[in-house]
Amino acid sequence: MYTLSSKLKLTAIIFMIVGAIGLIYGFIAAPETIEDVKEMMASEHHGEEHAAVEPSEINVEQLPGEGVSREHAQEIQEEHAAETAHGEEASHEDEHYEHVLHQLQNKPWSALYVAAFFFFMISLGVLAFYAIQYAAQAGWSPVLFRVMEAITAYLLPGGIIVFVLLMLSGFHINHLFIWMDPEVVAHDEIIQAKTSYLNVPFFLIRAAIYLGGWILFRHLLRKNSLKMDDATDNTYFKKNFKLAAGFLVFFIVTESMMSWDWIMSLDPHWFSTLFGWFVFASLFVSGITTIAIISIYLKSRGYLEFVNDSHIHDLAKFMFGISIFWTYLWFSQFMLIWYSNIPEEVVYFISRMEDYPVLFWGMLVTNFIFPVLLLMNSDYKRVNWFVIMTGIVILCGHYINVFVLVMPATVGESWFIGIPEISAVLLFAGLFLFVVFNALTKAPLLVKGNPFIKESKHYHY
Amino acid sequence: MSSKVIQAMYNDDDILMDAVKEVRAANHHIEEVYTPFPVHGLDKAMGLKGTRIAITAFLYGCVGFSFSIWMMNYMMIEQWPQDIGGKPSFTFFQNMPAFVPIMFEMSVFFAAHLMVITFYMRSRLWPFKEAENPDPRTTDDMFVMEVAVDENEQELVSFLENTGTVEIKVTEK
Repeated sequence: MYTLSSKLKLTAIIFMIVGAIGLIYGFIAAPETIEDVKEMMASEHHGEEHAAVEPSEINVEQLPGEGVSREHAQEIQEEHAAETAHGEEASHEDEHYEHVLHQLQNKPWSALYVAAFFFFMISLGVLAFYAIQYAAQAGWSPVLFRVMEAITAYLLPGGIIVFVLLMLSGFHINHLFIWMDPEVVAHDEIIQAKTSYLNVPFFLIRAAIYLGGWILFRHLLRKNSLKMDDATDNTYFKKNFKLAAGFLVFFIVTESMMSWDWIMSLDPHWFSTLFGWFVFASLFVSGITTIAIISIYLKSRGYLEFVNDSHIHDLAKFMFGISIFWTYLWFSQFMLIWYSNIPEEVVYFISRMEDYPVLFWGMLVTNFIFPVLLLMNSDYKRVNWFVIMTGIVILCGHYINVFVLVMPATVGESWFIGIPEISAVLLFAGLFLFVVFNALTKAPLLVKGNPFIKESKHYHY
Repeated sequence: MSSKVIQAMYNDDDILMDAVKEVRAANHHIEEVYTPFPVHGLDKAMGLKGTRIAITAFLYGCVGFSFSIWMMNYMMIEQWPQDIGGKPSFTFFQNMPAFVPIMFEMSVFFAAHLMVITFYMRSRLWPFKEAENPDPRTTDDMFVMEVAVDENEQELVSFLENTGTVEIKVTEK
């Protein structure tokens, strides 16, 4: 049996308290009126007031025919000059400040949403991995089942938090989803055409179905797994096998819809067909990485006596492979849109490339180049600190991935990884650690009665 | 000096593995082992060094990657930077996403083919090569271990007879 060390408990609680304080600060510091925004912007960048009036930068090089584009840029500038001359400046500026105000008000909410979703998706990814291990009758992984089960314990509290956040959006406490704002919808024909799918009651019902289904499957799988410990035959294993297969069918449908609902609908004018897979790859690799990190930690404390280097090697192989899979999907989505360059699709990437260049391209380094180069060598996959180091980089990279998926739609160019963002991560990291390690104390760390457990104990690659 | 080898035949891979371990423990030099199929762990038991072919494959992949970048940069950007469907051919990076499929395939192509050719060269395999099989049965159901004879032939033969062999041949090499 695992006993929760008081140090770990204290760390988790400190994380939660510091995170909560930082988040409260983030909500207090968010501006409430346009005047606050004006004050903030005046104190932040003096001399840059022109930035708002100047025509948005046009990349002359990218347009065909330099002369034409220069002329065009000139025209825009003249138009703007004319506008300001006509005395429309005030209303124009107010509109701009209102825009910034909404972004800044969204900032702490988005920070909370990104972190809540990120930790929730880790446990969801682990549940998918766990179900695949059952359905595939994997012989190597049963010694890791209790670790996976413990990580999926976060599904219940994490899911409730995500659901509460979605409800708050639905009740107009925040403005993360613009299609929930009736005023926006009234002037927006594109969203109007989608209201049969994108409406608050149906949205919340769908969310409840996904979450309820996942939590129910997790509950049943765990219950059978615990019963299997005292079982004399394979009844519970067979039950879990069927449950896992059923879960995987349910999961791939609901996960796809979840990614449309919770992430893609943040940009209701944009859609992409492989989006569900893309989010799946992200949550799957984060989940596997978390299994590896927690297993190595527990092993270093002497709790997982049957986990050997070969098990870690296998997990590292999965981290390596699914990182490449994620990149494949990322690139497939990006390249298809970049290549055809259809205006209604490409705005999605233009806003990300222009406002989030470091994060947008940096996540390719953390999520692809780094794991590929470090985990390619077979020997390195057995070096525990190598796996931990790469794992931490992968997790940071996938946090950035979720960040870049959510933030451009909610806060746009007003993003910053500051106090609210870091605090939200700390808050949920603390909660995650607390829930997961608490769940580890609830059952012995080695499953019994699993027909593959002997093979798994002697697993050698 | 005539070099003699003893060919000890086995009909089971488990017995062969045990025999290899015994022979190694008794400090006899195993020249070669012929098996009809890969015997898992035989290389470790014989004390063979790990292969470095994966490293060569990685390097070949790097070559293919660099080659594809050089090729497309030369053709599409430097040599004739035409405007094809509005693709920005001003610098390599502006048009890079369009090149990635080729960069990927070239890396894989170079890595795979050059690695295979390396394997053929290192293991001396080519068409019309004369087979080096000591006994045709080793391609079907027999395992042959060749042990070099140093001084005492009789002693070595009787030692090998105790390792579960089904047949022993002493031949000139």
